[in-house]
Amino acid sequence: MADSRVDTLEDRSDAVTRERVAETPQVTGAEATSAPAEHGTAVFVADKVNVHYGSTLALKGVDLEIRRNHITALIGPSGCGKSTFLRCLNRMNDLIPGAEVSGSLTFHGEDMYAPHVDSVDLRRRVGMVFQKPNPFPKSIRENLAFGMKVNGLKANDERIEKVLRHAALWDEVKDKLDDDAYALSGGQQQRLCIARAIAVQPEVILMDEPCSALDPISTLAIEELMRQLREDYTIVIVTHNMQQAARVSDRTAFFTVEQPEGGGRHGILAENGDTEMMFRAPKDGRTQDYITGRFG
Amino acid sequence: MLLLLGAADIISILITVGIVFTLVEEGWGFWSQVSLGDFLTGKEWFPVDDKFGVLPLLGGSVMVALLAAIVAVPIGLGSAIFLSEYATPRVRAFVKPVLELLAGMPTIVLGYFALDSVTPALQNIGALPANQTYSFLSAGVVVGLLIVPLIASLSEDALRAVPRAMREGAYGLGATKRIVATRVVVPAALSGIMASIVLGLSRAIGETMAVTLAAGNQPNLTADPRDAGQTITSVIVAVSKGEATRGTINYESIFAIGLVLFVVTLIINIISVQIVRRFRTVYT
Repeated sequence: MADSRVDTLEDRSDAVTRERVAETPQVTGAEATSAPAEHGTAVFVADKVNVHYGSTLALKGVDLEIRRNHITALIGPSGCGKSTFLRCLNRMNDLIPGAEVSGSLTFHGEDMYAPHVDSVDLRRRVGMVFQKPNPFPKSIRENLAFGMKVNGLKANDERIEKVLRHAALWDEVKDKLDDDAYALSGGQQQRLCIARAIAVQPEVILMDEPCSALDPISTLAIEELMRQLREDYTIVIVTHNMQQAARVSDRTAFFTVEQPEGGGRHGILAENGDTEMMFRAPKDGRTQDYITGRFG
Repeated sequence: MLLLLGAADIISILITVGIVFTLVEEGWGFWSQVSLGDFLTGKEWFPVDDKFGVLPLLGGSVMVALLAAIVAVPIGLGSAIFLSEYATPRVRAFVKPVLELLAGMPTIVLGYFALDSVTPALQNIGALPANQTYSFLSAGVVVGLLIVPLIASLSEDALRAVPRAMREGAYGLGATKRIVATRVVVPAALSGIMASIVLGLSRAIGETMAVTLAAGNQPNLTADPRDAGQTITSVIVAVSKGEATRGTINYESIFAIGLVLFVVTLIINIISVQIVRRFRTVYT
C-alpha cells in the first residue's frame, strides 16, 4: 500500500505510537476502510458545532470537514470565531473556564468530546503552533526534548537533528543547540515551535495565525515549510491574511460575524470549499465582499 | 507635590542611615573593649564573664531560619502551585485570605502556640525528649508556619506571571497538568520562587517574639535542633527588657549584635536581588 508517511512511521518504535498507528484504521470508520491513509479522507468532521463562553454564544452551527494531508485555511474578520473553532480541534478550549462545545465533532470518526476521550492523548495527536512564538525559557535542545519525553520518545541527537531539518531550521541552529531559545529571531522561534510540534509526531498541526508576529521573509519561510509538511501532516491554519490563505491552502473556510436582531453577536461558518474556487468564484456574497476588501 | 514625595524619600533614607549610625555609635564602647576577632570567632556568649562570642547567637539564628525554611518551603511552594495551577477561582477566593490571615498573626501568639502545642506534639512523636520545654526545633517550626504565607503568596504571584501561552504550548504537546505545572511553570517562575524563599529566610532570621518564647534563654552553640538556645534577636530582647543597665558593656553588646543582624539581612537581600537578576526570564 502506498503510504507517504512511511518515513515517519519507521520512527515510531515505542509502544505508545505503535498502538496509535494500529488503531488508526479502526477509527477512520467504515466509509474510509478501503483506503485509510488516502490523501483527502476526512480527519475532522464538525456537525452543527456551537461554542459558548459562559452564557455567551461565540460560534454557531459550524459544519466543516478537515481533510487529510490538506492545508485548510480558516479566514474571516476579527471575532468571527475562527480561532475558537481551531482550538476546539485539540480541545484547547477546555483550559478556558466556562468554555463549552456542543454539537458533534469527530476525529477519525470518533466523538472528540465523548466523556472517555483523554484530551491529553488527543493533543499528542493534534499539535498546535500559536500566534506568538512561545518557546519554553530553555535551550533549543530542551525545547524539543520536552515534548519527546512527555510522549515517551528518547530525545537523542539523531532525532533532534531530524526534527530541526524537517522544520528547515537545522542549518541555522546546529552549532548552538544548547543556547537559550529566546536568543533566536522571531521567525526562528516560530520554526522552533513548529519543530517542537513535529517532534511529538502528531497527525495534525493546528496553526493559529503563525505568521502574524513575523516579518515578510520569515513568513515566506514558514509558508514554504507548510507546503513541505503537508506531505506528512494535515494542517489547519487560521490567518488574517487572505493572500496567505490563497498562497498556501488547498481548502478555505470563511467565517463571518452574525448579528441577529435579538442582540448579541457570534461567529458562523459562511462558506467553505477548494481555495481556488473560493477565491475565484465565491458563492456567498459575504465571502465575496470580504475577499475583495469591501467588507464593513 | 514633588517636594512632598521627595521629602518622603529622603525621610526613609535618613531613617536607615540613622539606624546604622545608632548601631555603630551606641556600640562604640563595646568595640573598645572587645576585639572584632574575639567577637566574630568566640564560641561563648557569657556577658557575666566578659565572653562576647557571637557564634552561638548567629548559629542559633541560622538554625532557626534553616528549620523554618525546611518547614515553609514545601508547604509554601505546594500551596502556591495549588492556588495558581489547580484551584478553581472559588477555592482560591477562600484559601488565599485564610493563608494571609496566618501572616497577620501576632508572633507572640505563635510563640505560645509553640510552647503549648508544637512542643508537646513534637514530644509525643518522639522528636523531642519529654523534659525538653525549649528547643530550636519548636521555634523553627512556628517561624516556618509564620513565613509560609510569605513564600506562598510571592511564589504564587511568580507562577501566575508565567504567560498562558507557555502553558498552552506545553498542553499542546500532550503534557498533563502535573507536567505543565512542575516542568514548565515552576522552572519559568524560578527567579520569583527563589526570591520568595530568600525573603522568607530574611524574615525568619529577624523574627523575635516567637523565638524568644520557644527557643529558650541560654546562648548555646550547637548543631542539634533539639537543644535550647538563643538567637541574636532573642538576646537583644532579653538584654533590653532590663537585664542590663544603660552604659554597661552588656547593654552596648546588643548594638554590636544588632549590627551583625543588619549585615546578615542586608547580605541575604543582596543575594535575593542577584537571584532575581540572574534567573529572570524576560517574556516578550
